[in-house]
Amino acid sequence: MGLGRTLLFRSFNMFLVLFATLFITVILLGSTFDELQKEAIRNQVIEEVTQGTLKFENSNERSSYINDQIQFRYKISGLDQDSFTPSKLIHRIISVMTLDLGKSHYFTTDYGSSNVRDIIFEKVPKTLLLFTTATICVTVIGIFLGSYVASKEGSWWDKANSTFAIFSNSFPTWWVAMLMIIIFAFTLHIFPARATPLSSPSDPTYFIDLLYHMTLPLITLVIVSFGAWAYIVRYFLINILNEDFIHAKRTMGISRRKILYLHALRNAGPPIATAVGLALAASFGGAIITEAVFDWPGMGKLYYDAIGVFDVPIIIGLTFVSTVLFLITIFITDISYTLLDPRVKGS
Amino acid sequence: MQKKLLLGLLRSRRGIIGVTIIAFLLVLSAVAPLIIPIESYFRWNDPDYWINNPKTVAPFWTNFFGPKEFEHLSLDKNDAKVSSESSEGTRVDNYTFQVDMQADSFPDDMMFLYSVKYGDIPPVLQIDINRPDNNTFTIYYSSLPPTNNINTSFSDRIFSTNENIKESLKQYESLFNYSISGLEPQVVIFSDTNKPNVLKGMYQISERFYLFDNYSSVEDAGLILGGKVFGIMGTDDLRRDLAVGIIWGTPIALFIGLTVSIFSIAIGLIYGVIAGYRGKRTDETMMRVNDIFYALPTLPLLILLSITFGRSIFLIIGFILIFSWMGTAKVIRSIAMQIRNYQYVEAAKLMGQSDLMVIFKHIVPQLLPLTFASIAIAVPAAILAEAALSFIGLGDPSLPTWGQILHDANTADAASRGIWWWIIPPGLMIALTGLAFFLIGNTLDAIANPLRNKNK
Repeated sequence: MGLGRTLLFRSFNMFLVLFATLFITVILLGSTFDELQKEAIRNQVIEEVTQGTLKFENSNERSSYINDQIQFRYKISGLDQDSFTPSKLIHRIISVMTLDLGKSHYFTTDYGSSNVRDIIFEKVPKTLLLFTTATICVTVIGIFLGSYVASKEGSWWDKANSTFAIFSNSFPTWWVAMLMIIIFAFTLHIFPARATPLSSPSDPTYFIDLLYHMTLPLITLVIVSFGAWAYIVRYFLINILNEDFIHAKRTMGISRRKILYLHALRNAGPPIATAVGLALAASFGGAIITEAVFDWPGMGKLYYDAIGVFDVPIIIGLTFVSTVLFLITIFITDISYTLLDPRVKGS
Repeated sequence: MQKKLLLGLLRSRRGIIGVTIIAFLLVLSAVAPLIIPIESYFRWNDPDYWINNPKTVAPFWTNFFGPKEFEHLSLDKNDAKVSSESSEGTRVDNYTFQVDMQADSFPDDMMFLYSVKYGDIPPVLQIDINRPDNNTFTIYYSSLPPTNNINTSFSDRIFSTNENIKESLKQYESLFNYSISGLEPQVVIFSDTNKPNVLKGMYQISERFYLFDNYSSVEDAGLILGGKVFGIMGTDDLRRDLAVGIIWGTPIALFIGLTVSIFSIAIGLIYGVIAGYRGKRTDETMMRVNDIFYALPTLPLLILLSITFGRSIFLIIGFILIFSWMGTAKVIRSIAMQIRNYQYVEAAKLMGQSDLMVIFKHIVPQLLPLTFASIAIAVPAAILAEAALSFIGLGDPSLPTWGQILHDANTADAASRGIWWWIIPPGLMIALTGLAFFLIGNTLDAIANPLRNKNK
């Protein structure tokens, strides 16, 4: 398969998954969302009539006017149709894709907007900041530690790392997060227990404050996953270190260090890159809980809170945005695998 | 092959550790109904059931590491020494509780429970405290409220903050070398008369009921001394005994983990075999569907499903199943593709056996050992998924699962309040269970997986 075809195939797959998710979301939450929109319109009309200058003869006239207005607006926004007609579904899918989901009942941005799109876009960068930084740290530590234990296969360090990897993999990340809060926030008072900065976002020191509050979540994410990472890197490297071309290089007199870091690691590059990408993608999913525990003001925390108060527009929007992020990460991973591995590109 | 698997499992150290842990968890699940009342399972969320426990206190063994805190004491009439005497038509029922006070700190509170059936003449209740220094404090003397109904019993609890008790204690003020005004009654009762410390030793606390007619009777009498430590795992904000929750969580976690993994592996097995055996178009289509499922964001969709359809444990098992069969399907498919070309399979096909026969008689049996390994490996993920859903607050709210306990802990801000005993045990149980199944699965996989053996 050529590079072009691979790309095409992957993009097609990506859109298929995206539509599948959208479809499921709309089917599951569509009717609830309808109800909420209808209620919003009803309230709006009643408010307009109460505030407005229109005069009515009696209450009957008033209520019939309100009803007419409501029905009229239902028609405009397509709410008069049954929830599951095809045109309705398409309409709804488009409105989800453009994040045109109206207003949230419970949440606002730092600047007071209650538009669902604004709220979500405000949170996305913070989630990306935390989880991308964590993934980069974990990858770097993992590669160095993994290479080290791979070069000392069977040593005490190697065994310790394998054991640590198995253990750290068994613990839920969010549980470790709670322990970290007990240790570093409650007992040692080094970091705050709540990761939402107290200073206002317009403050010039806000970003520094944000980074300080990010430290504890970051350390937690790194501690939980670096062991497993080093183990994966070690696994790939040991497979490669046993290959003939490495033995050949060794007989040529090239130093072990050079072989390890230059030749073996380079060959292990593509699978490692894939694993990095998949881990990053998976961590966006896990973000819902980790962020909720740390109170980190990202998408995950918003998701958690939105579930708590059943804010459907936010839930729908976040499901879509997180799916998109997830798929883009997987897509980039696939492409980088293709670019890194000459065998895939060539054939 | 099955024998080989079992032997291999018991020969590897990791396998033995895994089997030991699982055996422990199974025994714990089996004896759970015997060692703790079943009612605690059904009334886990009912605050009335836990009313006699202290609120948010540490496990008793923390006493070994610091000052000896008072351990919560909850006594009922079975713990009391009962005596009865009667004179001139008055019957006196006496319930005496022995309290061995050895702690360095005072009880947090004190409660006297009783339940009495009586008619027109209300009985009188007198509470005496006989102290190790031989002083006897009569701290309460009062008649019960009048009643019209002799068929129902009157139940109440007297708290140590009761005015009657406070007033009664004032008459003993002179016994103390220091001022006791402002001290709480349960502190005064257990105080040394010379210095404001705990007076250690044996206390006799008796509830005397003066009954004035024959059909009056004492149904129940009890004493609760609120402590700062309780049980082997402490209690939470709702006074629930966390040890009970942890024990009930075990069978539930095993049930969820095993059910999800067995079904998901079964689905994956059938799906993978069909795709691998049929090959060509069928294989391509089925693998495309597999890819799509693989790329779906699991947690958000689990959340949506759980919000829309409900949170019963069986629904949740079903939802987790939807997202957990794809990995197995992929592995099984690639192995099935190899087996398809084996000569005996070809022979069976030439003999005119149907596809279904070939799959179930010749291919699936070959895959069974690997299937066992996959089942064990799939358990931790299922348990973690349920715990995660519960933690978000979308688990089955009626069950005491480990995830649910952690959810309650997080809602109550247990981490930033430093209530470690609410957080550490459930997480450790999740990790321990996951670890055990992982170790077993890994050992079995090393024996049974042809793909893995080829690489070595």
